[in-house]
Amino acid sequence: MSLKRKDLLGIQDLSVEEITLFLDTAESFKEVSVRDIKKVPALRGKTVVNLFFEPSTRTRTSFELAAKRLSADVINFAVSASSVSKGETLLDTARNIEAMQADFIVLRHPMAGAPNILAKLLRASVVNAGDGGHEHPTQALLDLYTLREKKRAFKGLRLAIVGDIAHSRVARSNIYALTKMGAEVRVVGPPTMLPLEVERLGVKAFYHLDDGLRGVDVIMMLRLQLERQGIALFPSIREYSKLYCLTPERMKLAAPDALVMHPGPINRGVEIAPEVADSLSSVILDQVTNGVAVRMAVLYLLSGGK
Amino acid sequence: MEMKRAERTVMDAQEITRALTRIAHEISERSRGVVHVALVGIRSGGVHLANRLATRLKEIEGATVPVGTLDITLYRDDLHARKEQPVLRKTEIPFDITDLTIILVDDVLFTGRTIRAAMDGLMDFGRPAEIQLAVLVDRGHRQLPIKATYVGKNLPTALEETVEVFLDEMGEPDRVVILS
Repeated sequence: MSLKRKDLLGIQDLSVEEITLFLDTAESFKEVSVRDIKKVPALRGKTVVNLFFEPSTRTRTSFELAAKRLSADVINFAVSASSVSKGETLLDTARNIEAMQADFIVLRHPMAGAPNILAKLLRASVVNAGDGGHEHPTQALLDLYTLREKKRAFKGLRLAIVGDIAHSRVARSNIYALTKMGAEVRVVGPPTMLPLEVERLGVKAFYHLDDGLRGVDVIMMLRLQLERQGIALFPSIREYSKLYCLTPERMKLAAPDALVMHPGPINRGVEIAPEVADSLSSVILDQVTNGVAVRMAVLYLLSGGK
Repeated sequence: MEMKRAERTVMDAQEITRALTRIAHEISERSRGVVHVALVGIRSGGVHLANRLATRLKEIEGATVPVGTLDITLYRDDLHARKEQPVLRKTEIPFDITDLTIILVDDVLFTGRTIRAAMDGLMDFGRPAEIQLAVLVDRGHRQLPIKATYVGKNLPTALEETVEVFLDEMGEPDRVVILS
């Protein structure tokens, strides 16, 4: 099968077959990253623009490396340095970029749905690199890739996603992806961080970390967004950490071979204890490695869907 | 609706076996033993043939020749012209090709564009001492200045005909057919 879409906007409207195609293709690209010469000519002469309206180092670098390893040319637009600070609208910015014959626009934007608007109006392929509290599809794909690599199959896999589910696009994309693939997903967090009626997404909600962790095969920690402190979702970081930090003691509640994942950057001692982050169960750095291969697969497959 | 095309068998199982045995002997003669030789099969047809040649070389020379597989998709010159992306498969070359004689193996040599792509792909893995080419069938109609080192069978064809190689490993009895 081949991909018949121009854009990757979210996981919600992807089929199981499409997700599998992304993962299978990423497997071939992973090999490229371990070669001496980490480059293939597949996107030679194509231009990828990273348009980031929110600070991000990891995701932007990962997309940049992915594009460069495919021989594409990459331009990085950071919001503070661009004309956006002079009052230009998103659409005008994007039209200007397209006028320079960009083939891909990788967009991170604080507003949910921003990539969908661009995708409708531009010829270029749009890749959602995180839009508000909506979706972060490439993060979910790289998490799935890492899981498949370590656990082989998704069916029957028990996962707990822990943290601020309500405000996390990583959680949302992962819930869509994992439930589609047949995994059993739990979400764990204080009531202020779980969306109302979250179970309608096909997950089970837990307020207590110990209950949520019991017997799970995978623990997916979310970053506590310290910059969101003002929203008052919890009384203090200390209290949050006491109740929701993944510690070595709590790890014992999960399956003996449980994996620990985190989209990064990690807050050591806040949501995850250093001993856990650095333990053999942790696949946090595998996620980063796989992110490049998955994004190569996304750019490659989208370039065929126009 | 697709028209049913006439099918003509041009090589049977025995002829394929004989051709591969002869190629294996030619390889061992030309490289005086197979010490610095490795086989790289081009996906998908070339992979099984490379494995068969390695088995023959083991019988003839008693030496194990390393075998790799190469997916040339990312090096195709028509990648941007195609409507949809071809399915990407894995390249696996688990040895250092630098200073080895690499024998590329493919089922059918036609325009030569696949081989051009394969050579480009191979060069990204190192600098081989020499690249040779072994094909089961050479059907002519070259569009690039490329020539096979070892040929199982020279097969004159018309441009609009299709040559297909079926192998046991693909779940089909060994044979080469022309569809016209």
